Amino acid sequence: MVSPVLSRIAVRASRQLGRQRASFGPRTIVRAASSKHPNGFVPPTQEDLTELRDRVQEFTRREITEEFAAKVDRENEFPPEMWQKLGEAGFLGITVEEDHGGLAMGYQAHCVVMEELSRASASIALSYAAHSQLCVNQIRLHGTTQQTEKYLPGLVSGTAVGALAMSEHGAGSDVVSMTTTAKEVDGGYILNGSKMWITNGPDANYIVVYAKTDPKAGSKGMTAFIVETKDDSGKVAKGFSVAQKLDKLGMRGSNTGELVFDNVFVPKENVLGQLNRGVKVLMSGLDLERLVLSAGPLGIMRACMDISLPYTHTRKQFGTPIAFNQLLQGKLADMYTAYLTASSLTYTIAAAVDNGTPAHFLTPHSLFPTAENLESDSRDPSVKSQDCAAAILYAAENATKCALDAIQCLGGTGYVNEVAAGRLLRDAKLYEIGAGTSEIRRVIIGRTFNHMYAGKATAKAQ
Amino acid sequence: MSGLKILVPVKRVLDYALKPRIKSNKIDLTGQKQSLNPFDEIAIEEAVRLRDRHTKKTSPAAIASITAISLGPAKAADSLRTALAMGADNAIHILTAEDVDLEPLSVAKVLAHIVKEEGSNVVLCGKQTISDDSAQTGPMLAGLLGWAQVTQIAAVKFVDGETAEVTREVDGGNETLKAKVPMVLTTDLRLNEPRYATLPNIMKAKKKPLKKTNLADLGLELAPRMRNVKVEEPPPRKGGVKVEDVDGMIAKLKELGAL
Repeated sequence: MVSPVLSRIAVRASRQLGRQRASFGPRTIVRAASSKHPNGFVPPTQEDLTELRDRVQEFTRREITEEFAAKVDRENEFPPEMWQKLGEAGFLGITVEEDHGGLAMGYQAHCVVMEELSRASASIALSYAAHSQLCVNQIRLHGTTQQTEKYLPGLVSGTAVGALAMSEHGAGSDVVSMTTTAKEVDGGYILNGSKMWITNGPDANYIVVYAKTDPKAGSKGMTAFIVETKDDSGKVAKGFSVAQKLDKLGMRGSNTGELVFDNVFVPKENVLGQLNRGVKVLMSGLDLERLVLSAGPLGIMRACMDISLPYTHTRKQFGTPIAFNQLLQGKLADMYTAYLTASSLTYTIAAAVDNGTPAHFLTPHSLFPTAENLESDSRDPSVKSQDCAAAILYAAENATKCALDAIQCLGGTGYVNEVAAGRLLRDAKLYEIGAGTSEIRRVIIGRTFNHMYAGKATAKAQ
Repeated sequence: MSGLKILVPVKRVLDYALKPRIKSNKIDLTGQKQSLNPFDEIAIEEAVRLRDRHTKKTSPAAIASITAISLGPAKAADSLRTALAMGADNAIHILTAEDVDLEPLSVAKVLAHIVKEEGSNVVLCGKQTISDDSAQTGPMLAGLLGWAQVTQIAAVKFVDGETAEVTREVDGGNETLKAKVPMVLTTDLRLNEPRYATLPNIMKAKKKPLKKTNLADLGLELAPRMRNVKVEEPPPRKGGVKVEDVDGMIAKLKELGAL
């Protein structure tokens, strides 16, 4: 690794490595300045995470059986009673402070819960992630005391459903070009516009909505709001409506909607974060969103293996199980290796976020020795946009491939809707699109390099 | 009446969904998922429900404490923690060596000792474990203590702090008995459906007292009286034979020497 050369860079690097080694031993780490965790957060041990995984598997064994997962897919409906069950089980507040009813277990834990739920039903897990990470974690990270005390308890217990609305019909990858406006009026703001592709939109009580408070200022004119769209009795806010619930190819157990805001009033106290500084809330949220969501395709890959391994060993042709043929051995091997790689990536990055250590065993300086601009702009140094983008990029594309392979392993049986394989493919494909398309994820990583080597790009020719 | 002190013995066994594998005349547990014995889980659940019923004033019997106990190696503590997460107040872990599997009589002797130490007056245990299916520990314990026992219960209702009406399913239907404290009750499947131990409760369980003792320190006479001669899988099912009519069936049965 790094040889003990007496230079400031090497000393800093070895201190960082020392911190990394400590993360596998007793938890005596000095917390870095990362603000992503509650006060007094102690990263979970590997044992804690294994026990958590067992608990989630026990939950899905009871509550999300294969038949249940097939049913929600068939009926294109998220089971409403699931929110309370997830809330009681403690899954909705994994990263939330204990005072608000959460478990303060961190991002590795959130990924574990997400992976196991996704393995049982990818669509239920998607709605779960939208609620617990996109909505709950954003309110937790950027909310005032009044906001967290008002909204988190209901969201964590599952009595209220959360969502996040940024995308619009005309603003997907280019989300900053959104046209929903928030005009300041006496006591608050009036929202006008529409949002598209909103997970949990049709069911939500509280939605974190991004709108332009200063349309001429582009990215510097966006503000995040907490909008109460539906109350306990089911009454919908004045001016708010669900234009349609989408009939999607996959993720059919997750309700996705087009939302319309027609002069919806939002009180001043419901501004989330700072006025006109919503882009910061949005972008930092996206990094963690991608990290936790990357566990979704991991769960799908697990489901692909759960389905393919037993079948290929029982199905006999030409007198032997088809799994004994080399071409199938190869396919199963590729499926397994893809899962191992993707999950190692996700969990390594999540561990780095939890432990406040660099994302991998190479320091930025040793990875990019000739880069001049290694400090990321204003974002938290322990959450690297390019790494989170890499995690979900890799996991999503491999999950689609694994699902295709699972169908192939099952042959004709895989092509029949009675079997889960087809659903795995339809569900997996979403992850290449939502939370930033694969193309955008590649652009994010590429632009990180552009930023790192910007000095070289402008330097005079040697 | 200061309330019932319930003792719930629990055992960590091969997970019910897995197929047992035999290796050198023993069930091989290496690398296999192990969980709380389903009948013991039902016992914990019933103890917690008895307490809930009294709190909701639908039962006159107050529950003073629910103690979970397990005899086993280090990992047995996992089952105790699940019991605590489901609602037990405290737990006792009697540590045994890794490969030791105690006979039902030995377990009953240890439990009898603990009952006297703890002052328990109700023992709620599973009717059998899915590891050896002996179904002996409960009745043997009642015998050693000289207590009332009702086995394979399907329902239990306390009519006052000392008396319970217990229903059990028997071949002919349902049998209802009246039993007086102190008593041993063993649970059957129909008694209840155990609650899921939620994560917040698992966290709280970590703070509940768990007392550890070594088996040897109890100073009891526990030498095994039985020796396992052989463990083997049942013979694979052979295909059956179809017969045309009743005469054919009688002829076949005669042929097989069954008639």
